[in-house]
Amino acid sequence: MNTELFGIFATYLLTLVIAIPLGKYLAKVFAGEKVWTDFLKPIESGIYKLSGINPNEQMNWKQHMKALMTINLVWLVYGFFVLMNQDKLPLNPDGNPGMSPDLAFNSIISFVVNCNLQHYSGESGVTYLTQHFVMMFLQFVSAATGIAAAVVFFKAFRDKTSTNLGNFWEFFVKSITRLLLPLSLIMALILAFSGTPTSYEGKDKFISLQGDTVNVSRGPAAAFVAIKHLGTNGGGWFGTNSAHPLENPSYFTNSVELIAQVIIPIAMVIAFGIFIRRRKLSWMIFGVMTIGMLLLLIPTVSSELGGNPAIAKMGISQLTGAMEGKEVRFGPAITGYWSTVTTIISTGSVNSMHDSAMPLTGFWQLLGMMINSFYGGCGVGMLNYFIYLIIAVFISGLMVGRTPEFLGHKVEAREIKIAALITLLSPFLILAGTALSSFIVVNHADAAWAIQPKSWLNNPGFHGFSEMLYEMTSSNANNGSGFEGLGDNNVFWNVATGFVLFLGRFLPIIGPIAIAGLLGAKKYIPESAGTLKADTLTFSLMTFAVIIVLNALSYFPALTLGPLAEYFTLIK
Amino acid sequence: MKKYILQSIRLTAVLLVLLCVIYPLIVAFAGGFSKGSGGGEKITQNGKVVGYALIGQSFTKPQYFWGRPSSVGYKADGSGGSNKGPSNPDYLKEVNGRIDSLLKYHPYLKRSDIPADMVTASGSGLDPDISVEGAAIQIKRVAMNRKLSEQTVSDLVKKTANGPLLGLFGPSTVNVLELNVALDNLKK
Repeated sequence: MNTELFGIFATYLLTLVIAIPLGKYLAKVFAGEKVWTDFLKPIESGIYKLSGINPNEQMNWKQHMKALMTINLVWLVYGFFVLMNQDKLPLNPDGNPGMSPDLAFNSIISFVVNCNLQHYSGESGVTYLTQHFVMMFLQFVSAATGIAAAVVFFKAFRDKTSTNLGNFWEFFVKSITRLLLPLSLIMALILAFSGTPTSYEGKDKFISLQGDTVNVSRGPAAAFVAIKHLGTNGGGWFGTNSAHPLENPSYFTNSVELIAQVIIPIAMVIAFGIFIRRRKLSWMIFGVMTIGMLLLLIPTVSSELGGNPAIAKMGISQLTGAMEGKEVRFGPAITGYWSTVTTIISTGSVNSMHDSAMPLTGFWQLLGMMINSFYGGCGVGMLNYFIYLIIAVFISGLMVGRTPEFLGHKVEAREIKIAALITLLSPFLILAGTALSSFIVVNHADAAWAIQPKSWLNNPGFHGFSEMLYEMTSSNANNGSGFEGLGDNNVFWNVATGFVLFLGRFLPIIGPIAIAGLLGAKKYIPESAGTLKADTLTFSLMTFAVIIVLNALSYFPALTLGPLAEYFTLIK
Repeated sequence: MKKYILQSIRLTAVLLVLLCVIYPLIVAFAGGFSKGSGGGEKITQNGKVVGYALIGQSFTKPQYFWGRPSSVGYKADGSGGSNKGPSNPDYLKEVNGRIDSLLKYHPYLKRSDIPADMVTASGSGLDPDISVEGAAIQIKRVAMNRKLSEQTVSDLVKKTANGPLLGLFGPSTVNVLELNVALDNLKK
């Protein structure tokens, strides 16, 4: 038992040991200072030249967003056609079919927005070509999109007043060449030598020890699994994601995958403070995020270690905790840690089936995705947190009766309006989406379009409601994990979550960038005795309170109907 | 705007070559030097492949150690968990059934001897491992069916079991296939 708790502790410690220097390195890379990876410059120059890009061309925030949206739309169109026609393209040793239009629509949006909600199963729904040229490609570039957007935001606060926020393509390309690709290469090799397959051979067949014929899906998964975690993407090579023994062969690789998904989000927080020359601010933000994480983590692990009360009643020994949907080589403790990490950071890869987790675990998982900024996804975690910061600045300003300021720039009506709209967007998408699906379950449960090819809910009662709430929350948070019992490969879920995914990604990127761009262009006001300092303990507590209050107000009723209600029926 | 579209298309093309051709080919080349030559490590018995080290398989015969329940019947080309919620009444009935069946084949057991992993389905449906306790409860049955002493079988379980990583981190496990292959080899 203690070895399992040591495992969590060691994994988190190693994460910090890697993430903090990485943050310092990233701040230098994006500021254009000298770093040891400068030997990669010729490769970058080659990429710029072949793409017709001048990396020195300065952009304002609007141009940044235009460039970002343009390239994302190019990927959407490209990926949609490849997925629809994958059966006719090469590298399909298992003979898997092309996707239906609604599934292709959902899958391509899902991967472009860094979510990786998968309504198909990796073994039978895609080919090696689409796994690499669509899914894995997008895992790299969607993560780089998020990081580049965060750097634009950093840039707005670096100098006193500035409209020139650097070049989007430069940030984007450097995110890949200086960060994602080298780290992925290292991690892919670790996985390859721990048992994850790398070869392009198709399915294998063998006769088992007691004489059954078994087909084994394989494929070049190691390269994919590496960027899946480093880029906080989370889409699995195999259907059961990182619970699959080839995708996550051992306790060791499990820790590697856990560390990989957290280092960039933490590094971005550290990089922020160094980049804008306010280190104390980033330590304060890091503190709030870490406390938030612990508040979700501790009850999660404890609810999993406690086991399922209904099974305890049967007289079974749950020495290590609840085991349904979990793997023996990980055990419930670090599986609980994983489920917290994967939901607060928008990874969404799973090493256990969240649908089978204890009700309170489901509660904390949902809450983690709703808050979505305790570290948060690659780059976008900082942007989400920034919205909470602006709201906190505004409320604090009201409390002391002064025009609110953030880092020397007046925060005025326009910025607050944007922040408020982004804050309202998530509850709107999640709750309206869940309400709509609940309506359909109640009134059209037997309609052919709703139950083909599989009926929706895998579990009755409150848990069934949680399945729908989880799917919508995961889509909006661009998380990608699911209560996978939900039959989600049908027109309703493919189309509905497709829209939620798209809006839940791009508006929460454009909003914060717009606020940062507007603020950065304003006259700089030197600090005075009356300035609200953003890097104090008081203000950090204020931000924390804002996060809790906003989310509690938005989601408490829905959470009560789902996991809380299930919890109370289970313990009675 | 037009400039951005052209740049986007060209950049996408360049990155496709770098990220989807060069990168995975490097990994595939290096992976060729790993234990299973990049295709997954196989386990052989008398020169014949009997399975993959990491992929659990179905064991039902009394002379073998059994693995965990699998909601996909150990179908290794269609992994899957049960996704049953903890309060689902059908699911709880199923677990009860598994307990009864275990007790039937191991009449010497009390309910409280049975560890949870032996009556719950794994996440992947392909879990290659069981807990040390899960192996311990089966020793007597396997020994009886193989006409071996309990001590011999118990020693073999101890030898096959994997402790925590570096002796410090994570749970102890027993790989069912490895254990069963070792048992078969013992007989000769």
